[in-house]
Amino acid sequence: MNQYLIKRYTRSTLIHCFLLGVALTCIIPLWWMVKSSLMTNETIFTDRSLLPTQFNFRNYFLAWTEGRFGLYLLNSVVYTVSVVVGIVFVASWAAFAFSRLQFPGKNIIFYMFVVAMMIPLPGSFVPLTVLMTRLGFISSPYSVVRQAGYILCMINVGLSLSIILLKTFFDKMPHDLEDAARIDGCSKMGIWWHVALPLARPAIAVIVIFNSLNVWNEYILAYLLLNDIPGKSTIMPLQRGLMVFAGTHNVDYPLLMAGLTIAAVPIIILYLLTQKFIIRGLAMKDSLKEGRFFKVKMDTMREAK
Amino acid sequence: MKRGLIIVLFLLSLAAPSCSLQKPSDDTVVIWHWMTDRHDVFERLAAEYEQQTGGKVDFQLYAPSDIYSQKVVAAAQAGILPDIYGVLDPKRVFADFIQSGYIADLSDEFKQNNGAWAKTFFPKALAVNRFEENNFYNIPPGIYGVPIDVTNIQMLYNKELLRIAGIQHPPATFDEFLEVINALNRVGISGLVSGWGELWMVNCFALNYAMNIMGEDKVVNTYRGEVPYTDADWIKVFRVFETLAKKKALIVGIVTKINKYAEQDFALERAAFAFNGSWCVNVYHEMNPDLDYGVMLPPRVNLERPMSIWGGAGSSFVVNKSSAHKQQAIAFLKWLTAEKQQSFLSRETRNLPANRFAAGSIPDILSDFAQGMAYATHPTILPLEEDGLVRERFDKGLQAIVIGEKTPEQLARELQELKVRQMARQHRKDGR
Amino acid sequence: MAAFMTNKKTRQVYHNVLTNFLFVLPAVVIFAIFYIYPFYETFNLSLHEWNGISVDKYFVGLDNFKDLLRDKVWWSSLWHAAYITLFALTFQNILAFSLAVACDREIRMKNFYRVIFFIPPVLSEVVVGLIWRWILEANVQGGQQVGLLNHFLYTIGLNHLVNDWLSDPKTALTCIAIVHSWKGFGWGFVMFLAGLQTIDRQLYEAARVDGASPWGIFFNITIPMMVPVILVVVILTILGSMQVFILVMSMVGQGLVYYTDVPVTRILSAMHLTRQYGYACSMGVMFGLILISLSFAMKQISARMKQV
Repeated sequence: MNQYLIKRYTRSTLIHCFLLGVALTCIIPLWWMVKSSLMTNETIFTDRSLLPTQFNFRNYFLAWTEGRFGLYLLNSVVYTVSVVVGIVFVASWAAFAFSRLQFPGKNIIFYMFVVAMMIPLPGSFVPLTVLMTRLGFISSPYSVVRQAGYILCMINVGLSLSIILLKTFFDKMPHDLEDAARIDGCSKMGIWWHVALPLARPAIAVIVIFNSLNVWNEYILAYLLLNDIPGKSTIMPLQRGLMVFAGTHNVDYPLLMAGLTIAAVPIIILYLLTQKFIIRGLAMKDSLKEGRFFKVKMDTMREAK
Repeated sequence: MKRGLIIVLFLLSLAAPSCSLQKPSDDTVVIWHWMTDRHDVFERLAAEYEQQTGGKVDFQLYAPSDIYSQKVVAAAQAGILPDIYGVLDPKRVFADFIQSGYIADLSDEFKQNNGAWAKTFFPKALAVNRFEENNFYNIPPGIYGVPIDVTNIQMLYNKELLRIAGIQHPPATFDEFLEVINALNRVGISGLVSGWGELWMVNCFALNYAMNIMGEDKVVNTYRGEVPYTDADWIKVFRVFETLAKKKALIVGIVTKINKYAEQDFALERAAFAFNGSWCVNVYHEMNPDLDYGVMLPPRVNLERPMSIWGGAGSSFVVNKSSAHKQQAIAFLKWLTAEKQQSFLSRETRNLPANRFAAGSIPDILSDFAQGMAYATHPTILPLEEDGLVRERFDKGLQAIVIGEKTPEQLARELQELKVRQMARQHRKDGR
Repeated sequence: MAAFMTNKKTRQVYHNVLTNFLFVLPAVVIFAIFYIYPFYETFNLSLHEWNGISVDKYFVGLDNFKDLLRDKVWWSSLWHAAYITLFALTFQNILAFSLAVACDREIRMKNFYRVIFFIPPVLSEVVVGLIWRWILEANVQGGQQVGLLNHFLYTIGLNHLVNDWLSDPKTALTCIAIVHSWKGFGWGFVMFLAGLQTIDRQLYEAARVDGASPWGIFFNITIPMMVPVILVVVILTILGSMQVFILVMSMVGQGLVYYTDVPVTRILSAMHLTRQYGYACSMGVMFGLILISLSFAMKQISARMKQV
């Protein structure tokens, strides 16, 4: 019996060592970022102690004000939320159609999306800008229109992957649930909202976090497609605010690190909120249970009539 | 479903604060620039200008500079260039912009009142923005840009580190330089640091020595295809790099350092020499105000010719030809390059002014830089430029020599083969 | 009477199909505008010679592609991307998988690990490049190693391993590959963990009761049940790693000569450095074709594996 316990403890310790080792490599850059954000430009490269020796929390305040973070943060949030919401709706409609509905050209269109995921367009910035100008998005005097142009562009960036991911989930949806809902008079939109989406929660969580990350960290298209108009508040995202600290020659490292830490916090929070869905919700049992609850609800509603 | 809609509407309403249904004021001159370090100063100047004249100017910053260039190109294609902007690319691109009608010809403005405006500038500052008669690019001669500061690229030396190695004064020739390097190596101090992770910096250093070794004419003739890269003089140029690498004169990792990191290294006293431009004065002041350093020309290999350095306009602005506010834009640029504003700019940003009458008020180390202007030339002033692909191979080949992966002879052969092919292609294109 | 009935029925069918199509319409419209048009432009430009600015574009047919086939730097950049991808497929995914397996059973601190391992993907590539540059720094100042890695090697006595990591052609690309894998394993970890949690615990119990060894369980139950997830992760890894470039640029600037070039940096270099837009577009087209063939190959393999 003792031998067995010893074996179990050693194995447990080894596993923990392994996990902790890898976790350490993940923490070191974060530690360096936070530590540097509390120092000054002169000591940032020379001081290599483990714990920060200075605590210039003022750097965070400076980063916020000098970088005009308030406004940039709001813009980033607007872009991220709009793009993610847009993708979830557009992609899940399309995936639902590919998975469950019939219409001419279905396969061809689906393969187009698959191919689009494979072929990146690194040189597409220029034709995209020309296009957006011709459509009137870039030079419009209305901020909403200019923002909408960027948002639509970013929706497209994440569309292919999201559609393919959601389609695989919708394919797994049990037919009897769908039939039950249809018999009860649910419209296609109703089936989509009440049956398909809840079952695909893990996939939606993945799509949310993946696209949020992309939009939050994106800066190239933002520079090219967004123009500020003098006299009106800026529509630039957070990454633009960070560039202020990374000048052409001078880099204000502590402020930059403070800014980067501030920028990383919302995304980490978003991940904490969504990761439950990704990992737990994938268990088929749970989703089937959801479906059964829905069916029971519909049955009781029908009997009540 | 309703809840979802409410959420979506709420989120969309967050965009409301940035909404506005007014049209923007039509008389503002919009300027796109890339100079992060000067944005504050520019904004102050704009406010001052509005106070003095009532004219509104909006400076918009798009950094870093490679993204700035992309944005300008994309905007040009889409027809939405601002009133004033900059072209950061080689002269060929500048010429293309002019040919495609994106840049206004300012020659008349400069000629007004017997050339009054032109005379306020250092001649070399204007030369970069000028196209001469019968130029290679077939552009009508004239001045197409306005310089707002002047820079040149020289070598700097850390007086303290040299003293530690027992050197009392900086080297004047290449052989002396190598001896200094030996002394530095003995006390474990790195020799030269430069941003050779950026190809143009490698090119600059190489061309300086090329001009010193063979003179400007031979370099231009090589571009014309009349002199091969396998010529002995070019091998000498390549050998400069090989010697520096072999004698361990270069700081570790120099070929992956972008200029920004190289500047930091010198500021943090990690190397005794730096090869950098006069803008570095501002950087060093920010990072290490007590740095004790001096300016010198790169030490000559060929003592019979002078050393050449790159110098001329540091940053220039051009006016959009189809701008609706062209006159206001030009008026602002004239104000910006007037003596008072130039002195202000120079003091605040620690750069050399383009206006020569403002030169009196520059801090000391910058005046040392200014003295080198006599030796300054600039690749854009040369009658023609090397083909883009050959230049890339040239620069990358020198990087390869520095890390010991290629010999000068190998590079010369490769370059000449490529040059021949590119010349043939150019002939085919011209023949069309 | 019959004719009237048919009309209504066909109208019904027509109406049905139209509604179905409406579901796909937003996606198709956005896709057509933002992907198909630039794609067409890119393809069109690949048949021309253009410097990016002037209004003249010379039609050169397939000349750009012919030059591309002879371009040694391009093919080596493809090999570099493939190297990074292979590294990611093995090192990154095996690491992610083992971590997921370890976390699947460990209850203590599981949430802690789930958050920590996802921090690298959250950071932007620019930041990651910056941080790792500092770690791999090879400078010596005042007798002390500046970079963290060299400092560590020095203090534990492995002086002879101290190296100029990012400027040595032998190590530069591998360092980039390691950093790329470090940044990406968080995704694989999350997906593998999710997949592992869907495996019914009763299968494990049954196998253990039947006397199967832990490795037996692993190879005969865990892996086969994870095949779909593994395939998805593999495809995503390949696509993501072949297209890496921001990380490369933030670690080695314009590159260590040609030793750290990847296809996208070559395309950007052709666009901005040497101003050959047509050539750049032809690179883009060929790159896309290669990626498509890779994915189709993967699809064939996955189809065959599903049969097994």
